Amino acid sequence: MTRNPDRPLSPHLTIWKWGPHMLVSILHRITGAGLATVGAGVFVWWLVAVAGGADSYAYFALWATWKWSLIVWIGLTWAFFQHLLSGLRHFVMDAGAGFELKTNKFWAVMTLVWAILLTAAVWAYIILGRLA
Amino acid sequence: MTTDTTAAPAAAAVAPAEDAAHHWGLERMLSVSTLLLFVWFLVSLWRLPGLDQQSVAEWLKNPLAAVPMLLLVVSTFWHLKLGLAVVVEDYVHEAGSRFAWLVVINFLSLFAAGLAILSVLKIALGSSA
Repeated sequence: MTRNPDRPLSPHLTIWKWGPHMLVSILHRITGAGLATVGAGVFVWWLVAVAGGADSYAYFALWATWKWSLIVWIGLTWAFFQHLLSGLRHFVMDAGAGFELKTNKFWAVMTLVWAILLTAAVWAYIILGRLA
Repeated sequence: MTTDTTAAPAAAAVAPAEDAAHHWGLERMLSVSTLLLFVWFLVSLWRLPGLDQQSVAEWLKNPLAAVPMLLLVVSTFWHLKLGLAVVVEDYVHEAGSRFAWLVVINFLSLFAAGLAILSVLKIALGSSA
């Protein structure tokens, strides 16, 4: 906002490379924004549809069970778990722990791995339940 | 993370210093309450006999479901309003458009929360199925 462009930036600010901690950090924001818009929208629509009675719920269910909606449901499931796990990681870091390079990297990778595993587990459970 | 020199004055422009610690604590309180209420919500949905309109409406007629559902709505929408505001404050640098975005976020999150609360109350207080 009020930075004097004539003054140089510290040279170290331009020297960095991607790491899992950066990916998890930006994914926390992206998944949060996705849940806050798409997730919250679907959630409110669902509640309004329940309150509206059988017809309004049938209309919601029509969209919710459309085959391409599965992309949204699986996407929201993954976003939920990724945001939840990186949020828990943030709690640990808020307490001042987990900043050692190896520990920090390990738990950043763990949030990525477990978000995918939990998403796969939930949808395997749902799909296998349908087939049974 | 943006670590440029605009970060400190930008944060100072958003909230007075004495409010910052309170804001930080509130964010974390709402994170925990949103997490716990969502665990309750998802387990409750899983335990329902079905996700048809009657099953869901029947469930929300019970005050022991309606009240935590109202708390979930308040906690979740407050949490997402604070979160979206942080994203806007970090990435939208021009004062006018930042203000416009914050107004939109505040209005839409309150509007959506209002719709959700009214729907829960309508189901919980409604006389017929």
